[in-house]
Amino acid sequence: MAALWAIFYRELIRYWREKIRIITSLVQPAIWLFVMGGGMGAAFNGPGDVSYRTFIFPGIVGMTVLFSAIFSSISIVWDREFGFLKEVLVSPASRESIVLGKALGGATTAVIQGMIILIFAPAVGINLTFSMVVKAFVTMYFIALTMAAFGIVIAARMQSMQGFQFVTNFIVMPLFFLSGAIYPLKGIPGWLAALAAINPLAYGIDLLKHVFLPYHEYSLTTDIAVMAGFCVLFLFLGILLFKKDG
Amino acid sequence: MAVIEVTGLTKRFKEVEAVKGVDLTVYEGEVFGFLGPNGAGKTTTISMLCTILKPDGGQGHVAGYNLWREKDKVRQNIGLVFQDPTLDRNLTAYENLWFHALIYSIPARERRERIEMVLKMVELYERKDNLVQTFSGGMKRRLEIARGLLHHPKILFLDEPTVGLDPQTRVHIWEYIHKIRKEKGITIFLTTHYMDEAENCDRIAVIDQGKIIALDTPDNLKQMVGNNIVYINSPEAAGIVPFIKEKFNFEAKLVKNQVVVEVKEAETFIPALLQDLPFPVTSVAIKKPTLDDVFLKLTGREIRDELGENHRTPGFSRRRRWR
Ligand SMILES: Nc1ncnc2c1ncn2[C@@H]1O[C@H](COP(=O)(O)OP(=O)(O)O)[C@@H](O)[C@H]1O
Ligand SMILES: [Mg+2]
Repeated sequence: MAALWAIFYRELIRYWREKIRIITSLVQPAIWLFVMGGGMGAAFNGPGDVSYRTFIFPGIVGMTVLFSAIFSSISIVWDREFGFLKEVLVSPASRESIVLGKALGGATTAVIQGMIILIFAPAVGINLTFSMVVKAFVTMYFIALTMAAFGIVIAARMQSMQGFQFVTNFIVMPLFFLSGAIYPLKGIPGWLAALAAINPLAYGIDLLKHVFLPYHEYSLTTDIAVMAGFCVLFLFLGILLFKKDG
Repeated sequence: MAVIEVTGLTKRFKEVEAVKGVDLTVYEGEVFGFLGPNGAGKTTTISMLCTILKPDGGQGHVAGYNLWREKDKVRQNIGLVFQDPTLDRNLTAYENLWFHALIYSIPARERRERIEMVLKMVELYERKDNLVQTFSGGMKRRLEIARGLLHHPKILFLDEPTVGLDPQTRVHIWEYIHKIRKEKGITIFLTTHYMDEAENCDRIAVIDQGKIIALDTPDNLKQMVGNNIVYINSPEAAGIVPFIKEKFNFEAKLVKNQVVVEVKEAETFIPALLQDLPFPVTSVAIKKPTLDDVFLKLTGREIRDELGENHRTPGFSRRRRWR
């Protein structure tokens, strides 16, 4: 338990020390919401009678959470490069607490980032209520934990930062584009739909749509069940990979 | 009592057979040195003793626990200072130790006191709230030593503790190592490729190409290569030569008006000689064999410090070390 707390808390300290990162990571969501959202608005005739800006809001919140959760897990590769990972791995700390501490720490910082994006809600035509914020918070945590665990699975065998570009191009971006974040999933071509159906993020972002929009793709139960499945699977895999490391 | 006892330890990395059957016994309270050139297999051996690396073969106990079946127990009872730094540069000195205290389950009420104690020991207490990235190489090393001691290990492993440090800092690190041994009585296992540093150890294993080729005290190892040479300056040098022959039965020679004699142990020979010598002596010099001579004799090669290989370069070169 103490080990889990140490690893968790270290994530928070490091997050807090990089205030610049907190600010710069808000730029991209703002561009999506206001530049893309504004520009595409006229061409969009989507479901639920909402403007494009409003439609992409849950997706952009999800994107923010996705990026920061995955990249905080990928920092394992830096820890490997700078040697710190060794300090952790040769300790008697249980591999469970190492993985859970890392995932929860990364998830927490990702949720803080996601919560900050909520300040844009009024500007895209969403009136936040207290219950909406609470639901959004819980949902974000769910997405963040799943994605942080996914990041750990990726980072567990990554030896160098060269893999980083690969992860961004071949994992993070496809996850995002195939999640229904920036266009509705109904009516997309079959092969895209098939990919979206196995994309954990699609279900996470759909949960956020349940929170913010009068529109969603899947039922609440489907979303929660699939996300929970992926979350447990990734955490389990992450622990397994670290156990094999010894 | 043996705190490390391993037999037949082997490890191969694809085509490289890094460690070829190492047998070792290290006793409680000793400073045990692992001496060998770069690539000899020192880090690989230490990594296996510390449970970081899985041996391909062999068995043994470290700190009283089985290397295969009781990994966590071994880990809890050893302290480690790796060849390359393993601190979190974005945390302060105190935070690095705090983190360590938690992952080693040091009870909450003891944490602060212990952290402050080790910080004071390595004279970093004043810098405890500074980020580690502002530390010099020597300070980082000291902090790592402090961290390795925080959880009261039975054995402290140090892999090349002084590599890349300036001579003054090296001396300083050695002072800490001796202090720890004296104050805590813990066993210290260290590797080095510096011959002069190996002299600080109680016993040395010389390792070359993955095999231990000699294991003894530094003095015994040196006796293996030969005797001490004593040089005596005296206005009556010519008289000293027959005196030595008569009293000790050693063949002394007169070289450039200086008496040169080979003896087994200069420390006992000189006082014995001076006690009865009826002639004045102006100066005495001793040349003892070095560990370099030992290595040369054992392998037919000289141990060399190939620059670049062993320096603590940041970034890429480090990767090779860790999986
Ligand atoms: N992870 C690794 N992969 C492949 N070869 C390795 C690895 N680690 C060490 N070696 C090789 O094993 C041999 C012993 O290395 P090492 O134990 O680091 O030597 P030392 O610490 O004595 O300098 C060297 O030939 C080295 O290149
Ligand atoms: Mg080495």
